[in-house]
Parts: sequence; C-alpha cells; structure tokens
Amino acid sequence: MAEQVSNVTHKYLRPKKTFPNVWCPGCGIGIAMGALIRAIDTLNLNKNEVSVVSGIGCTARIPVYLDFNTLHTTHGRAIAFATGVKLANPKLNVIVISGDGDLLAIGGNHFIHAARRNIDITCILVNNYIYGMTGGQYSPTTPFAKNASTAPYGMVEQSFDPSDLAKSSGATFVARGTVYHASQLSRLMNQAISHNGFSFVEVISNCHTQYGRLNREGSAVKMIQWQKECAVSSSTAAKMTKEDLEGKFVTGKLHEVFRPEYVNEYQKIIDRFNEEDEKEEQLQES
Amino acid sequence: MAEIETKPKKTIYKENIPRLMQGNEACALGALAAGCRFFAGYPITPSTEIAEILSRQLPRFGGKFIQMEDEIASIAAVIGASIAGAKAMTSTSGPGYSLMQENLGYAYMAEVPCVIVNVMRGGPSTGLPTKVAQGDVMQSKWGTHGDYFPIVIVPSSVKECFDYTVKAFSLSEEYRIPVTVLSDEVLGHMREIVKLPPQEELNIVTVPKPYEPPEWYKHFEITPDFRSPMASFGEGYRFHLTGLTHDEYGFPTSSRTEIVRKLEKLRLKTMRHLDELTDVRIEMMDDAHIMIFAYGSTARAARHAIRIARKKRFKVGLIQPRIIWPFPDQIVREYLEQVDLVIVPELNQGQIIREIKRLRYRHLKIIGLNRFDGELITPQQILDKIKEERH
Repeated sequence: MAEQVSNVTHKYLRPKKTFPNVWCPGCGIGIAMGALIRAIDTLNLNKNEVSVVSGIGCTARIPVYLDFNTLHTTHGRAIAFATGVKLANPKLNVIVISGDGDLLAIGGNHFIHAARRNIDITCILVNNYIYGMTGGQYSPTTPFAKNASTAPYGMVEQSFDPSDLAKSSGATFVARGTVYHASQLSRLMNQAISHNGFSFVEVISNCHTQYGRLNREGSAVKMIQWQKECAVSSSTAAKMTKEDLEGKFVTGKLHEVFRPEYVNEYQKIIDRFNEEDEKEEQLQES
Repeated sequence: MAEIETKPKKTIYKENIPRLMQGNEACALGALAAGCRFFAGYPITPSTEIAEILSRQLPRFGGKFIQMEDEIASIAAVIGASIAGAKAMTSTSGPGYSLMQENLGYAYMAEVPCVIVNVMRGGPSTGLPTKVAQGDVMQSKWGTHGDYFPIVIVPSSVKECFDYTVKAFSLSEEYRIPVTVLSDEVLGHMREIVKLPPQEELNIVTVPKPYEPPEWYKHFEITPDFRSPMASFGEGYRFHLTGLTHDEYGFPTSSRTEIVRKLEKLRLKTMRHLDELTDVRIEMMDDAHIMIFAYGSTARAARHAIRIARKKRFKVGLIQPRIIWPFPDQIVREYLEQVDLVIVPELNQGQIIREIKRLRYRHLKIIGLNRFDGELITPQQILDKIKEERH
C-alpha cells in the first residue's frame, strides 16, 4: 500500500532542486498535496494540461514540488492570474491552491468575483486558521477568542466560514474535507476538478507550530485527532440539530448546482463571429 | 498550443485610407494589429475607450476580453494570459497604474511579456481625472519595489499611439519584459487624421519558442544577448514561475551567485541593447545653442515653438525621446556639449529634468518649464521662455 502511494506521488513530483520541502514536520499541507496528486492521478489528466497556481504562504509553496505547469504568484492574486491562464488556454485544468490568509484576506475580492463569474477553476483552500509563514498572526478564519501573535488578548473579530462565503458568492461546487480524512479529501478534489464551473474545496488542516502553540492545542497528532472528533459528514449532519452541531464542522460535498460556465459562454461569442465569417466566405465564393 | 491564435486574414482596419481617430482608438487598433488577443482591465478615465473598443473587437479575432474586479487583478490576468501563450495588454491611468505596480514587479522578475497603456491624468491620488498631466514618468521607472530596468514609450501623436503600441508589443516580446506606453489625456482623446500602414508592413516580433526538448529547457536561460526563448503553459515544458529570486530553471534559490546572475540579467537585457532601445527624434539641432527636451503631448507645442523661434533667429532645436526609459544618455550627452541652454517643458513640477541634470558635466543652464494646472503648455509659453533667457 505504502509503495503504491509513493509510486503515484513520485510520478508527479519534481526531483530537481526542490526538496527537502519547507513545511514543519507534522504539517497537514503535505497531506493536502498528496490528496491533490491522487485526485489528478485518478482522473488520469495529462500532466501538460494541468496548471497549478498559488499565492504566498506555506500552502502556496505546493506548486514548486509538482511536475505540472506551475505558477507561484504574488500575495492574494493567485485566482486573478489563474483567470488569465484559463481564458488564454481553456484546455488547461487550472487549480488554485493557497491558504486562508492569502485567499480570504488579501485575495478576498478576487475569490468572490471568480466565484461569481463561475469560471472553470478549482480553488483549494487549506485552512489552518492562522498565518503560518510570517509567524502566527490572526487570519480571517481565526476563531473568536483564540490567540494569535497579533491577537495576544484573544481574537476580538468575527471569522469567515470559507465554504459559506464561496457558496454565497456563486461557487457552483463547494466541499469541505480534512487532512485526517485523506482519502475522502482526494475524492472531493476529484469531484471538484471534474465539475465544470468554479469549484471550491476547503481543507481543514493543522498548524501546530503557530496556532497549536499559541492556543495550547498540543502536538500535530493531537490537532489532527481534533479534526477526526469534530468532523461530521454532511449526511449525518442533516439529521442533527443546531445544538448538536455546536463546535463541530460538516465535511463532504456541501453544495453543487449547474450554471453557465464563463469560458464556455465567452467561446460562444467567438464561435458566433466565426460562423458569420464562414458564411461570408461562402457567399464570396459562390 | 494556446487556444488564442492570430488570424491575420480578417481586416483590423482599412489600410492607407485617411481617417479621423482618437489616440485611444489608435492604441486599440495598434494592439490588435500587433497580435494582441487578450485584454483585462478596469474602467478608468481617460483610458476607458481602449477597453470598450477591444471588448467589441477582440472576440471577432478569436481573442478574449475580461473586465476584472480591479487593476491589481487586471494586470494579474494579463500576466497569466501571457504565460499561457497570448499576447496580452491592459490600459489604465495613474491611480490604476499605481495599483498595478505590485504585479508589474512580478512580470519584471518572472520575465513575462505584456503591454500596459497608461493614459496619464492629473495626480497625485484621484487628482484631475479629465485633465492632462505627465506626472507618471518617474513612477513608470521606479514604481515597483526592487531593482529593475523598465522599457517605457512616450508617443506624441495619434499616429504614434498606433505605431508605438505595435512597437511596445514587439519590444515586450523581444526582451520578455512588460512595456509601458505613457499616453496622456490629450493624446488619448484628441482626434487627428491618420493613415494606417498596411498590416504586412508592420514590424511584429514574437518571442521565439525553445528549440530544445522539455527536459533540457531552461525558462530563464542566460544567453549571450540575455534574451531567452519562451515556452508557454500547455506546450509540454512544465516549468515553474515564481516571484522569488530564482535560478535558470525558475526554481527559488538562495545561492549568492545565482541571485547575482539573475538580477544582472534583468539589467543587462535592456542596458546591453541601448542602441536598439534608443528612439529619439532630433529636429534642428545641427547648429542649435538652445536645446528643448520635450516628450509626449508637450513635444507638439515644442515643435511648433522652435519653428517660430527659428524665424526669429534663435538657434534652437528639439530632442524628443519616444523611448524614455532607458533614458537616451548617449544622444543627450552629445548635444549637451554643443548647447549652452536646455529648456525642459513638462506637465509636472520637474521630473525628467533630473535625468538631464544628471548628465551635465560642465556649467550649463538647465531650466524647467512646468505646468500642472491641467492644461497643456502652449508654444507661446516656450517662446516666451526662450526670449526671457536670451535677453
């Protein structure tokens, strides 16, 4: 089993110059990257037709290790870059992977507008509730009253629910997984990539180095155990009351609808002009 | 191959037929003729006509137009599209250009070709949205953080808006660098009769594709002339792009030698080609004792002024750079030896005059003629200045 897993993983990694990776031992980001690799492998996508785009932060370091067309952009702008890539070459499967600070704070505007447009991009948000790389400052998902290096007396702001935000902004596929439920995560990413439209996967991850330390939540293992205990699948959650769900989070596919996809719709305009031209040419010939 | 392809068969404009058009329209047509097939932008006065025209025209040629949520996203999408193989551009004005600086830095670092038309208006901040200024000359040189060497073009007529937008695309592809076209409110909205040249006569350059197989390919290869071939996403090369300082493959590096090699490459790829990057119009300078150094719409008034001044026996000539960055040091230095007075009319409180003062090696009077009330400098103002200095 382990050998099978590493065979798949090695097929998609760049051996040259990029290892060892930047993440702390025990970090969940590596698991999220593994899940993404397996999702792409099950879909049997051509490596040349996959583009992975990221912003800045711990999660945003994922692309450099992956053997695809990879783009590590500026802070918060990954989705905007990805929009250009997708429009210019619609054959590419464009996947944006970044963190909660990158996608929701500095990149919040690009996030909601890409969702509204319903452009065929898969957006994976690794949510570890904190800015890891810069040293544990609070992010838009840091829960109320929790500590961060810039919230030494506890978080006084309210936080975003990324999946709710994606859904209300117009994303046509929304799912949530955790790095504990790695194989489910892989399935969700698979569905998200297959979905035609703006698809969003929130990955609950752990940052024991910053968030865990500041909030006394223990080791990486303990934090991942918390994910196991608090995750409720969407089917179970449907039978539970609001009180029962207090302090827990729902995982699985949360939302899927079908609306006209942006790049397809734009292509229709181009096709219309092409048809007109062909007719004109035929007229001229006859 | 990228989906977007240039289709030269269709007519973009009627060739050789005189037509009344606006500077902004000329920019849009120049872009289409140069093979631009992607535009991302955000509405801003006085540049919006470029976006409006391209939103109508691009799909006719298989191109794409998108209105993004802000200018930061616009330039990001332009860079993304360029990486995916489309010739791409955006247009904006001062406030939007400021927002773009962050990702412009990315494009300098990641060596992504693209074109930005900045139709300058009065500033700072919201300033004078409907009035002319030349306040972004230094921003176009030093706008983003870090150490880089930009190429910036300043047209001065509607015809030049067309010609130099085409040239901007060619330079941008040749050097793999973002090129800024500094138009201004007057040029953008002014109408002139223009006869556009046949499309096959345009000098259109496209960045060469790599000839080696993917496993040998270095996206940032240091070549003898510092210009590297470029593969696009989806062509099988699977390279990595980052804003971090990187090696020739594009992978982040902290090696001191590789850092220096990368940053030197950014300098040398423009500064080693100063001859090709010098585009200066020189008028009546042969026997001149007074040099007027003017660019953009100010050069129009200066041209008129020197003709009148010559009739009044003032030995005055005009130097008008059309590529302002890199600055044409060589030519300006040559003429500084010959003249004893330099007048620099600008629609700001003295920006490019600093460059000329930098080149002064002996006692020589260099004075500015500055106007920043939202109106153009008139030929009379320049004449008066000449007379004032000579009496």
